[in-house]
Amino acid sequence: MSAAATQETLAKQLALVIDLNVCVGCHACVTSCKEWNTSGAAGPLMDFDAYGAEPSGTFFNRVQTYEAGTFPDTQTIHFPKSCLHCEEPPCVPVCPTGASYKRAEDGIVLVDYDKCIGCSYCSWACPYGARELDEERGVMTKCTLCVDRIYDELLPPQDRKPACVKACPTGARLFGDIKDATSEVSKAIRERGGYQLMPEWETQPANHYLPRAVVSVSGRKVGMNVDTGELQILADDANSPEPVVDVR
Amino acid sequence: MNPALSVIIFTTLAGAAQGLAVVLALSQLLGAGLDNAFVARSLWVAVVLAVLSLVASFFHLGRPMRAWRAVMMWRTSWMSREVIVLPIFIILVAIWACQLTFSTRPDQVTALLPLAVIAASVLLWYCTAMIYACIRFIQEWAHPLTIVNYTLIGLASGLVLAGALGVASGQQQFAPRLGVWAFAITALAWLTRVLALRRNAKLKPKSTLQSATGINAAGIIQKSMGMTGGCFNTRAFFHHAAFAVFRRMKVIFQVFAFAVPLVLVALAVSSGWSAAWLLAVPVQLAGVLAERWFFFAQARHPQNLYYQVVS
Repeated sequence: MSAAATQETLAKQLALVIDLNVCVGCHACVTSCKEWNTSGAAGPLMDFDAYGAEPSGTFFNRVQTYEAGTFPDTQTIHFPKSCLHCEEPPCVPVCPTGASYKRAEDGIVLVDYDKCIGCSYCSWACPYGARELDEERGVMTKCTLCVDRIYDELLPPQDRKPACVKACPTGARLFGDIKDATSEVSKAIRERGGYQLMPEWETQPANHYLPRAVVSVSGRKVGMNVDTGELQILADDANSPEPVVDVR
Repeated sequence: MNPALSVIIFTTLAGAAQGLAVVLALSQLLGAGLDNAFVARSLWVAVVLAVLSLVASFFHLGRPMRAWRAVMMWRTSWMSREVIVLPIFIILVAIWACQLTFSTRPDQVTALLPLAVIAASVLLWYCTAMIYACIRFIQEWAHPLTIVNYTLIGLASGLVLAGALGVASGQQQFAPRLGVWAFAITALAWLTRVLALRRNAKLKPKSTLQSATGINAAGIIQKSMGMTGGCFNTRAFFHHAAFAVFRRMKVIFQVFAFAVPLVLVALAVSSGWSAAWLLAVPVQLAGVLAERWFFFAQARHPQNLYYQVVS
């Protein structure tokens, strides 16, 4: 069943598109995700030693921080990371029980917590480290794209979005169907150079990231080239190309 | 990867059980003229080892009571196939052992059972190894040498175990005749393991921090992995051992799994010091356990790129 679902191209593929230009690394998406999912169908997401020296627990979404470039020409990039809902998910066919599956109707990769035996093999088969074993419940957990939210007709239509998307104060997280060419996410990927993580493994992640556009900061124009993804420092003179975005 | 003790014990014991069963089956098929009582006893040893390995594997599960569900996805999952073949192997060996133990005319036992035991053993080695070899982005594992090594190391430990059982049971002819085979297969297993080590030493990781984040700057470093106290991703995918321990383990497993057993088997065959067989078993067992630890510890999972720095 799941094998067949991964073979064919789905008509609908829900995904997140994350704009690295505007993520400020506030972790609001992390806490909002945890709160929604620990209280909902995917929970509880356990915590260990929550107020101690080594707090640890299950999260579906993490915000990481990277620094690119060489001082003083560096950029700090906040980088949210959750399950990418791959179109060719390597975690699904390896599952011995069928607990891991990809939904044919919208492409969301899910775990059936009633079938999972907690063998962790799917997490070995995910190059992105998107899955976390909940060590108290003994089952593998992961981002559900808030499947218990986005179809809930008791919620007002504007709230039928993943909790992380609703929480983001800067609008860095877009949500939609990447197979629908007219959707906000397809448009963003197309027009702003949306890219996938670790393309070398041909997992076809549904989630995309929008690279930093060239900006002008404190007299230097620095940024990520939308076409090549490379960081670049542009000469700050009258002949330099116009910045795509000017923060001043 | 962080080596899980349950999986290390599982693959080591199951490999030895398979090797032992294959050696007994081949001896029977080639007409080695073994005492039936000895073959039966040795087959029961294989059954006990395989059952112990099965028990160990349960400790790897978060929900062991649901383990039966693991047979469901045999169409796509090598782990599912392994979960099916392991009990089949145990049952076949047990049936053969029962026939030899309880049959009034054990000489009439069909050649079909030893053949089936060999087939199940080979299939089980293949399934176990493919669990690792099929994960394309764990480059240290994704190679046919993984299959060769699981098979040859299992066979080598089975040969040494069979020789020791022969000595312990007073089968004067059996161990010396196994000697050449035990020596040759152990040496071959060492050779192919060294080939795998050499291949792994030259591997260039396909994934980089650049491909993992899509930020193509030359100088990119992680400043924060997003949490301070660690998580499943930091516990399950890093071996947490000091580099010196890791490096020493590479030597230790080669000495104990291959070098010392080779010397002991050679001594046993050349000087007739048969107790060397008995000594070789625990030495090799320790060596194979260390080899499996190293097999996991050496595998660099690409997800580790995302979990470098706590701040």
